[in-house]
Amino acid sequence: MAGTLQFDLVSPERRLASFAATEVQVPGTDGDMTAMEGHAPTITTLRPGILRAQGPSGVQAYAVTGGFAEINATSISVLAEKAVAVEELTGTVLDEFIAEARELVSVALPEDKDMAERTLNDMLALRASAGH
Amino acid sequence: MPSLKDLKNRIGSVKNTRKITKAMQMVAAAKLRRAQEAAEAARPFAERMTAVMTGLAGSVGSSESAPRLLAGTGSDKVQLLVVMTAERGLCGGFNSSIVRLARAHAAKLLAEGKTVKILTVGKKGREQLRRDLGQHFIGHVDLSEVKRMGYPVAQGIARDVLDRFDKGEFDVATIFFARFQSVISQIPTAQQVIPAVFEGEGEVSSLYDYEPSEEGVLADLLPRGVATQIFTALLENGASEQGARMSAMDNATRNAGDMINRLTIQYNRSRQAAITKELIEIISGAEAL
Repeated sequence: MAGTLQFDLVSPERRLASFAATEVQVPGTDGDMTAMEGHAPTITTLRPGILRAQGPSGVQAYAVTGGFAEINATSISVLAEKAVAVEELTGTVLDEFIAEARELVSVALPEDKDMAERTLNDMLALRASAGH
Repeated sequence: MPSLKDLKNRIGSVKNTRKITKAMQMVAAAKLRRAQEAAEAARPFAERMTAVMTGLAGSVGSSESAPRLLAGTGSDKVQLLVVMTAERGLCGGFNSSIVRLARAHAAKLLAEGKTVKILTVGKKGREQLRRDLGQHFIGHVDLSEVKRMGYPVAQGIARDVLDRFDKGEFDVATIFFARFQSVISQIPTAQQVIPAVFEGEGEVSSLYDYEPSEEGVLADLLPRGVATQIFTALLENGASEQGARMSAMDNATRNAGDMINRLTIQYNRSRQAAITKELIEIISGAEAL
């Protein structure tokens, strides 16, 4: 039995999840990473994507938009701007995300344009992977 | 001397007022509980956010490449005041105390020869500030359509503020709101959000690896930090408003009760006097015969 680490998922409005997980897969800006017990202390920003946590009651998956994750040897806290459990993730919720990202692209300043477009693409990828 | 009928009407109307204030007090109490829960639920996020940012700011803040949101524009000529008040009145001194603080702040800045710009959130503050500071208004956020104070609302305000900052419209931004202490005490607070200020030393952040990089993480976090601070302020304000309204309405209910007692005594006295007067008239009439 592998060791566990305390997994917390908080959005600005409430705490979504808090349990002991054996591994947590995080969609980092520079690529996905999986955190397990004893991970080196890391802080990474998130891109929109799916976060998976292996908990006592199976794998819990959440769709998250931007934010960041703070990982250390015994715990991982994910602070997501928006987080939705995958079961509740419907086409309409995704459409809202995408519409928001589109809007961001249209209003972004030139130097932020790349970033905004990347976010939009991530959103579209998220949609494709969710199979809606 | 008001007639008996007048007194009776008066008592009736005060009783109605008491019913209304009592109902408002109970509604405020229910809303206060919800507002407090919301503020409570938002706390973990804000706390983690501040902790991480404080740590980062400590290590990146002094370097040349520090983002403008942290280091500032190098000037403090143009000041933005974001004044957050309620959409409704009848909540005691809640709106006025925030406005008073903002007004004092603005007066001080103007006396120092700085340019003041004001963004109002909530109708009441706008109305109160319009007369003497109306020419400094640059915008207004209407919350009357907002049923539930959610994060997107704060994001909207933050985006507006950040856009203006990027366009160089101001150098320093301060938000004004009332921090919720208890039902009877709400503290008007001014908090500087841009450039970001952090209290004390953060935890030693060099322990952490940063992805993509310290600067990258910080640049990503700072705008979110502004939104989080605004969100916290909005929630605190919401709880404060309901708390203030609750105690104001409690006072009003009590005052109405006192007034009813006083009026009832006066009513009984004059009724008694009228009866006595009539009796005297009858008796002296009989004696005269």
